[in-house]
Amino acid sequence: MSYITKPKFHHPQLRKNELGYTRRDYEGTLTTLCGGCGHDSISAAIIHAVHDMSLAPHKIAKVSGIGCSSKIPSYFLDRSHGFNSVHGRMPSIATGANLANRELYYLGISGDGDTASIGLGQFCHIVRRRINMLYIVANNGTYGLTKGQLSATADLGSKTKSGEESQYDNIDLVSLAIDLGASFVGRSFSGDKDQLVPLIQAGLSHRGFAFIDIISPCVTFNNTPLSTHGYKNTWENNVILSEIDFVPMRKEIRTKYSAGKEKEITLHDGSVIHLHKTSASYDPHDRENALHHVNEYKKQGKIATGLLYINQEQSDLHELADTVDKPFNRLNEHDLCPGGEVLQDINETFM
Amino acid sequence: MKPTDISNPDYFHKVVDCQWACPAHTPVPEYIRLISEKRYTDAYMINWESNVFPGILGRTCDRPCEPACRRGRVEEQPVAICRLKRVAADYKSDISARLPQIPKRKNGKHIALVGAGPASLTVARDLLPLGYEITLFDRDAAAGGAMRTQIPRFRLPVEVLEEELNYILDMGINCRFGSEITSMKSLLAEDFDAIFVGTGAPLGKALNLPGFEEAASNIHTGIEWLANVAFEHIDSIGETVIVLGGGNTAMDCCRSSKRLGGKDVKVVVRSGFDEMKASPWEIEDAMNEDIPILNFCVPKRYLLKDGKLCGMEFEKVRREYDENGRRLLIPTGEDPLILPCDDVLCAIGQDNAFPWIERNLGIEFDRWELPVLDKTTFRSTHEKVFFGGDAALGPDNIITAVAHGHAAALSIHLLCESGDVNDRPADLTTLESQKMGIHQWSYDNDINHDVRYIVPHAAKEKTLNDINVEVELGFDEDLGYAETQRCLNCDVQTVFTAPACIECDACVDICPTDCISFTSNGEERDLRQRLLAPAENLEQELYVSDNLGTGRIMAKNEDLCLHCGLCSERCPTSAWDMQKYLFNTAKAVNA
Repeated sequence: MSYITKPKFHHPQLRKNELGYTRRDYEGTLTTLCGGCGHDSISAAIIHAVHDMSLAPHKIAKVSGIGCSSKIPSYFLDRSHGFNSVHGRMPSIATGANLANRELYYLGISGDGDTASIGLGQFCHIVRRRINMLYIVANNGTYGLTKGQLSATADLGSKTKSGEESQYDNIDLVSLAIDLGASFVGRSFSGDKDQLVPLIQAGLSHRGFAFIDIISPCVTFNNTPLSTHGYKNTWENNVILSEIDFVPMRKEIRTKYSAGKEKEITLHDGSVIHLHKTSASYDPHDRENALHHVNEYKKQGKIATGLLYINQEQSDLHELADTVDKPFNRLNEHDLCPGGEVLQDINETFM
Repeated sequence: MKPTDISNPDYFHKVVDCQWACPAHTPVPEYIRLISEKRYTDAYMINWESNVFPGILGRTCDRPCEPACRRGRVEEQPVAICRLKRVAADYKSDISARLPQIPKRKNGKHIALVGAGPASLTVARDLLPLGYEITLFDRDAAAGGAMRTQIPRFRLPVEVLEEELNYILDMGINCRFGSEITSMKSLLAEDFDAIFVGTGAPLGKALNLPGFEEAASNIHTGIEWLANVAFEHIDSIGETVIVLGGGNTAMDCCRSSKRLGGKDVKVVVRSGFDEMKASPWEIEDAMNEDIPILNFCVPKRYLLKDGKLCGMEFEKVRREYDENGRRLLIPTGEDPLILPCDDVLCAIGQDNAFPWIERNLGIEFDRWELPVLDKTTFRSTHEKVFFGGDAALGPDNIITAVAHGHAAALSIHLLCESGDVNDRPADLTTLESQKMGIHQWSYDNDINHDVRYIVPHAAKEKTLNDINVEVELGFDEDLGYAETQRCLNCDVQTVFTAPACIECDACVDICPTDCISFTSNGEERDLRQRLLAPAENLEQELYVSDNLGTGRIMAKNEDLCLHCGLCSERCPTSAWDMQKYLFNTAKAVNA
C-alpha cells in the first residue's frame, strides 16, 4: 500500500474509448496489496481490456470471495456493481445475480484457496451449470493472506519461502474446468499483458462459462527460485500454445492471417478471436486434445498458456432453462400473473 | 537504443526542466521545498549563490524556467517559480552572517570591470571572496546597470535593488562611477590582470521617418527615456503618448508614461499582437492599466502642427506568408490611420556599441559588431579581455548576464591561477536516495492538484498615481506555501537498477502518467511509438535500461513523470529508487 493516493494527472494523449472514457476512468482505489503482487497486474489487465472494449461500467458486475485475490475488485471498475461474498461462495452469488439479471457482464474474481480449497464444490457446480460469466482465478500457489502456507494448486515439489516443500500433486484448475464442461478455458500469466488482455476480452465476450487461470506470483511468500509460481519460473517455463488477438464486434477486421496455424473464431456476439497456434498438432476445439497438451507440458515442468479450449456453440444456463429474454429483475406483476385467459390457454394444452 | 548513461551529469539535469532552462542553472525545486518549510533564508542563499539577485529577479526575471516547467505539461499552468523566488527574498531574515568572508590579505591580482550591471557584479561577487582586488567602472553615478535604468520602480523598488547591489559593493570594490571609459587602449595600459566588459547593449534606436527632425524634441528613444526617468531627470510627459514597439521596453515605457502624466497612452506594433516579443505577463499588466495595443500598423510619418509634433500616420497591413514560410506585411489599402500625440517613445530594439574599443588591440569583432568570443570561457581574442551580459552576445536578460558573469569569473580565476582558462572544473553533482521507510520519503511526494495562484496587485488608483509604488504585492506566506505545493520535485529522480528488476509490472500498473514500459529494444523513433503511451516530446529523453531477464528493456518516458515515487513504492525489490539530484555549476570558488 501507499500513503498517497494516485495522482489524477494523466497522459494528455490518453486514448478515449467509444464512450468517451479514458483508461483512468475504469480504475478503482489504490491497491493495498504488496508491491509487485501479480494480482495488481491482473487488475490493470482488466482495466485495459474493459476500456478497450468500450464497456459501460454499469453493465458490469464484479463478484468475489475471500483472499488477496478477492480484494482486487476494489482496485478496478469503481463505477461497476460489486459483491464481495463469503469464502468460496462467490459461485452462488454469481449464479443468483446472473439469474436475476442476464444482461450484465459477470466478472468473478477468485483465488486458489477460494476456488481450489474451500470453494472447490461450488466451483465444480458453477462450471457444470454453464453460468454466462468470466471466472478468473488469480493463482499464486500459496495462502498469502495467512502468511504463506502451500495451497492446493502448489505443484508437487514446489517450495515456499520458509522452505516447506509440497508433498501432494496439485489441483489443476484448467484441466478440471475442461473436464467439467467449461466452454472457454484459458491460462495466462499476470506478467504477460499482451496475452492476458485479449484473453480477458474474449472471455467477457464469450457466451457461457469462461474460465481463466492466471499464474499470479505472490511476491512476498512464494517468489523464490524453487517456487513454481514465482516470476522467474513462470517467465522461463511459459509455453504459449496459442497467441490470440481479440477484435470486438463493430470493429473492422484488418489483419490478414495465413492458413494452417491460424484460426478465426467468431463468438456469439459477433466478436472475433484470431488464434495463432504455436503447435500444429494442437486443436483448441477438441477437449481431449487440449487436455492432452496441458498434461504433456505439465510433465515437462512447463506451463501451457493461451486460449486452451473453446466451444462457442454450447448453450448457457438461460438457454437450457428456456428463460424469457427480459431480465427477471425487470419482470412486473403483469408479466408474472398474466391473468385467467392465459391460464386457460395453458390448461388447454394438457387436455 | 543503448542503455542510458545516468552518470552523465546532463542526463538527470535535463529532467529538472526548470533548472536546465535557467541560464544560471539555479536548483529550483530545492529552494521551493525550503520555502514550503518556511526556511526562507536558506532558500534565499541557494538563489543568491546561483543567481546573485534573488529579490530583483523574483520581480523582473524573464523566467525561462516557467515555460519549461513540467507542471505545464500535465496541466494548464507552470509553477509560479519567479514569484516564489520573491517570497524567499521578502521573508528572509538578515543574511549578513552568511555572506562570504572577504580576505583582508589580497591575492595580488587586480581586475577591471567595465559597466556596473548584473554581469560585472556577478564577476565581482565570485572573485572578491578569493582575494581579488576589483575596480568597477560605470558612466552612471550609481551601480545596477539596466536593473537600475531600464526597469521602472513600480516593478522593482529601489530598496530591493540597492539591498542586493550593496551585498556586493560592501565587499570592498574600488568604484569609479560617473565617468565614461573612452579608450580600451588606455584601460589596458593600466595593467590590470584581466578586464571584463559588461557594458550592456546601450544603443537605443529612434525611428527616422519624414518629420523626424522637426519633431525630434518630442521623439524619445525608449531605453534612454527610461534611464532618465530612473535618475529623475524626466518627471513628466505629454497627455497623449504613442509607444512604438512590442517588447518589454515598450511595456515599461507605456506604463511609465501613464504614471508621468500620460492620459491617452497607446502601444502600436507593426506586426500581429501574437508576435509581440514582450513577456505575456508584461503585456497583461499593461492592458490591465487600460493601455490599448494596436497591431498591424506600420508607422509612416510624424505629423506636425506649427512646427511641433501633433500625431503620427500609420499604414494598415495584414499578414501573409510567402512560399518559404516568411511572414510578409501587405498593405490592406485602407485609409491611413492618424493618431494624435504629444510624444512618441521608440522602443524598437537596441544595439551593442563599442566605439571606445580601438580596433587595433587584438580584440576582434564580427560583422554584427559583436566581440568574437569563446562561448564557454567568454574570453575575447585578447588574452586578458572578457565579455559578458548583453555586451557579449547581444540583448538578452538579467539571468543570462549573471550566467555569463559566473563563467567569466571562473575564466579570469583560471587565467590568474594556472593560465589555462579551458581547464575548467566539473560541475558539482550529488545523487542521494530519499528513502526514509517503506512508504516514506524525505520529500513530499503527494501530488497537489491546485491550479496556479494569482499574485495580488495593489489598487490601480494608487499605483497609477505614483511611479514608485510597486504594482505586484507578491505572495503572502500562505499563498506562497500553497504555490510551493504545486512543484513536482523533478529533481527527485527515478533511478532504475536493472539487475534487481523481476519484471512484475508493478511500476507500469501504478504510474499515473504511463511513463514506464517494458518492451523489446529498438531504434529510438520506433521505441517511442511502442511505449504504453507514445512519447512524442522529442526534447524529453527516454531512460532505457540494460537487458532484463526476459531480454526486454525498461523504457521510461521522462516527459510526463510526476516524480510521485509510486513506481518506487510499489517496487518489491527497490529496483526503482527516488534519489535527489543536486546540480550546481562550477564557479570560481570551485576551481
